[in-house]
Formats: sequence, structure tokens, C-alpha cells
Amino acid sequence: MSGESQEILEARLGEIGLLKRRLLRWRAVLTYLAIGLCLTIIAATAIGPVYIPPAEIISIILHKLGLRVGGFSEPHMKIILQLRLPRILLGILVGMALSVAGAIMQGLFRNPLAGPYVLGVSSGASLGAALSITFLPAFMGVYTTPLAAFMGGLTAIILVYNIVKLCGRFTVGSLLLAGIAVTYLFSATLSIIIWTLSRDAHTILLWIMGGLWGADWLKVEVITPIILTLILITFIFSKDLNALLLGEETAQSIGVNVKLVEKLLPILASLITSAAVSFAGAIGFIGLMMPHIMRMIVGPDHRILIPSSALAGGIFLVWADAAARCLLELPVGVITALAGTPFFIYLLRRRRP
Amino acid sequence: MRLKVDRVQFYYEARKVLDEISFEAGEGEFIGLIGPNGSGKTTLLKIIDGILRPKVGSVYLDCKRISELDPKELARELAIVPQTADLSFDLKVFDVVMMGRYPYLRKLSLEREIDEEKVRFWMKLTNTLHLAERSIKEISGGERQRVLIARALAQEPRILLLDEPTSNLDVCYQIEIMNLLKELVEKLGLTIICAIHDLNLAARYSDKIILINGGKIKGIGRPIEVLTKENLRDVFKIEAKIEYDQDSKSLTIIPIKTIGQELEERRSILSKALERG
Repeated sequence: MSGESQEILEARLGEIGLLKRRLLRWRAVLTYLAIGLCLTIIAATAIGPVYIPPAEIISIILHKLGLRVGGFSEPHMKIILQLRLPRILLGILVGMALSVAGAIMQGLFRNPLAGPYVLGVSSGASLGAALSITFLPAFMGVYTTPLAAFMGGLTAIILVYNIVKLCGRFTVGSLLLAGIAVTYLFSATLSIIIWTLSRDAHTILLWIMGGLWGADWLKVEVITPIILTLILITFIFSKDLNALLLGEETAQSIGVNVKLVEKLLPILASLITSAAVSFAGAIGFIGLMMPHIMRMIVGPDHRILIPSSALAGGIFLVWADAAARCLLELPVGVITALAGTPFFIYLLRRRRP
Repeated sequence: MRLKVDRVQFYYEARKVLDEISFEAGEGEFIGLIGPNGSGKTTLLKIIDGILRPKVGSVYLDCKRISELDPKELARELAIVPQTADLSFDLKVFDVVMMGRYPYLRKLSLEREIDEEKVRFWMKLTNTLHLAERSIKEISGGERQRVLIARALAQEPRILLLDEPTSNLDVCYQIEIMNLLKELVEKLGLTIICAIHDLNLAARYSDKIILINGGKIKGIGRPIEVLTKENLRDVFKIEAKIEYDQDSKSLTIIPIKTIGQELEERRSILSKALERG
């Protein structure tokens, strides 16, 4: 670089601090995504077998919050409040959860191909769901399957950590391998159950593909505090995750408690995943794709990557679900994969110099 | 004494890598760590930095065992410039250097203006400021090495460990970086331990040289005491000419030829192969 252009560059750098510029950029990204999320909620609530105009939706929501603006019809209020809104909110939470879990796993494993399911949570949850569908159809009413799925996910995490412990030294690499082992073990068991024991193979498959059917307010109320709290806890570690991008040894030498981060964060991410999966099934691709896309837009800093992936994941899943609702009630997992694949290929092509 | 390495032993699996390493380093001291490939230089630096834990023995900082210090506290005292960096995502150069401020920040707090000032200062001194907004992946090896030095300096440590800091640098930057380090030692009282292959640079910049071979200290002292013909023959298996250079006011080492049985064997393998075509 020539002396003159370097001076110009330094002058430009001097004008406004890089930190300040970064903060402004982060604020802009989050503002756009937050606006996008609000618009998504209103637009997606409008769509369905019965079209309800956005103005009416806003007055229904405001009415619910105690404000009286504009008019609406009673049946529309029922459709919005009892059917569409809980489903959309559940979609947002699940989308957030899977995207954040994916972002954390990709950062921890320093691999953009890692996702929320690396510790075998999806196969664990699927097995739990299948067991409950086959053997305890109504042990706790409609919450039997979610509860069993959550326990299944938890079992996978515990099993993975015990396998790693049994094999000696803890590394994220061994975590990955143990995760693969557990995934295969649970998938095989699942296949046996579907093949030999279950007359409900169709129900089980539908569950595995993932969907937001049967969303209600109670589910939203249960899942909201769990997922938001866990996301906030992981967010505290975002600077540590950034440091890990430079390698474990460098992270340790600048003062990161690498052992703690590498043991704790996979558990947190998997718990977030379990909570999401237990109510919505093993929705694929979104946890791999959203953090990947957001990293291309905002860069790898987890302080912006985690919140922006959360918002983008929420937006994406709601739209995917809206598409699923309109297309003969397909499982939303099918839509995320179908929509995700070409988009991903496009991004990869564009990235090539 | 600021830093004390006390009878350190280290094993990878069953293989002993370091054996009874003891030495001390004081304020404003530039220590060159030399030795052949695989002699344990990198391992020793990692142990001093607390990245690896010795099997036997300890490292003391101001008479406190480093294993008892909080990681962030340790990072404010000791920084390391690794030989290679793991670079898997497109971090910006500025953000990489800013990582050096991690030990001064709380969990959720953003970097402050003072951190940016310090980062800019060290980037200017290592001539990396113009790279600030580039990706760490797309800059050259030499630029990256200077960025890593800037990152370590941004930690503002009292002890700086460097593992082959000049291996990717052109000859101008080699001298510039070494001069910068030397100045920090002299003016700020920084303690530097620098693993280095180039014996001439080691001779020229070190106050004290530690020569290790096979995980053992073979010599420790001023360059003129350690860089002897005998030591070079025993440890590096070379016959060398050692002279005092008036212009740089330091020893210069000119390798003449290699010696030793194994090397002879390797050479004869080559000549036989050449004969056969």
C-alpha cells in the first residue's frame, strides 16, 4: 500500500471509531430484523384459509392489550387468538432456538457444518416421541409426546457426555464423535420400533418431520421462558466463543476459561434444541442455514450473530410454516429443507471468488 | 525475579518432552530460546503461558504459581504469539487484535474507547493498521504474523512469549519487529522469551540465550557464552564460523558444513540414488 493512500485510510479510520461504526451497524441490523419480525407476525397471521386484513389484526392485538382501536369481527378474533397467533409465536420461538443453537455449535466446533443436532438431540427426541406414541399414548394428555421427546433429547446429551468421560480426555472433537455414535444408536432403535412394534408409524414419521400443529397458548407459555432464558445465558458467553474462533490455545492464553465454555455451551445449546424439538419435532436445516446466512451478512462476532440469527430464524420459520399451511398442511420441516437447499447452493456459489 | 521456571518436566503420552527445565527471567530481559526442531521450545513456551500444565515442577510469576492465578489475571501478565493460528472464520484483522483486550473486559461489556486507542496504537507500531478492515484469512503470512504480535501486545503483558515471530517475515520486517521488541524491553522493562531459529538474530538481540536439546537445557548465559563452536557442533550438528561483527555489534554465525553420522548416511543415500539415476 502506498504511503498516500494509507494516510487517507488512516484519516478515514480516524474520523469515526471502528468500534462506533460497528455498533451502528449492529444496531441497524437488529432494528431491521426486529421490524421484519413484527411485519412477519402481522402478515403471517393474515394468511390462511380465511384472509383477515392486517388492520383488523392490529386492532385485535391492541384490543387484547387493552386498547380499543378500529373494529373487528368476533370469529376473526377467535381465529387469530386461538389458532394463528399461538402457532406463529411457537414458530418464532422454535426458529430462534434452532438458529441460536446452530450458531453456538458452529462457533464451538469452528465448523460451519455443525448444527443444533450434533449431540444427537434430534434422534433422542424422536426416539422419545416414538416410544410415547407407541407405548403411552395419553399418559399426560397432549403433553405426553413433548415431555417424552424432551427426555429423549436430555438422554442423548447425558449419554454423549458419559461416553466422552469414559474415553478419557475431553475435547470438542470427541464430543462430535460421541454425538454421531449416539445419533446412530437412537436412529437404529427408532427404526426397530417403527418396524416391529408400532402401528402408529405414520404419526411417528409426521412428528419426526417436524411441524407446528397443535400449537396453543399453554405450549407458548411453557416454552417461552425456557428458550429465552437459555438464549440469554449463552449470549453471556459470546465473547468467549469469539475468542475460540482463534483456536483453543489462543483463547486460553487471552484468559478464556476454555474448559468451562467447551463443556457448558454444548449442553446449553442442546437444551435449547431439546425444548424446541419437543414441541415442534425435528425440524431440519434451519439451525444449519440461518447462522450461516447471518454470518455472511454480519460476520462471525457472536455478540451480533446470536441475536440476529435468533430474529432471522424466527422470521424464516414463520414464513416456512405459512407456506406449509397453504400447501395442504405439509410438515414445516419439509418446507425448510425444500426452501433451504436451493438458497444454500445459491449462497455457496456466490461466495466463490 | 519476575518469572521462575522450576524443575519443569513434561510428557506427551509416555514420551518425555521436557526434562528438569529451570531458569529465571527478570524485568527488561530479552531471552532467546534456541534449539533444533523438536527440542521442546514450543512446549516450554506453552507451559510458561499456562496453556499446558507441567507433569512435575512449576512456573512462578512474582513468586506465585501461575496455575493458581485466574485466567484473565494471567492474561494481563503473560501473552504469547503462537507460531500458527487457527483461522476458521472470516474475522477482521481489527477484531483479532481487539481480542487482546479480552482480559480487561467483563463478560457482557463492550470494548471501550480506550481499548480502541490501544489497539490502534499497537497496530500502528506493527504496521498493521491499514489492514484493520481486511479479513484475517486474506492477508499474507507475514502480515498475519505482525497481526498476531499486535494482538499479544494489546494484552499489555509484562512478559511476552514469542514462538518464531520472524519465520514468515521478509528481512526488513525481521529487523523492524526485533528492534520494536528490543525497544519495548529496554524502555518499558518488558520481559521477552523468544523461540527463534535464526541464530544470528538470536545472537544480536538476546541478553541471555537458552539452548535446549532433547528437552534439556544445554547452555544458558550471554550469547558469547552459549553460542560456541562446541555447542553448535553438539546440538545443531554443524561446523560454523563465529565472528564478532563490528557494524551490528554482535556475534555472527556462518554455518560451514553439517557433521554427524546420520547426516553422512543421508548424504550417501542421496549420492547413491543419483548414481543410479
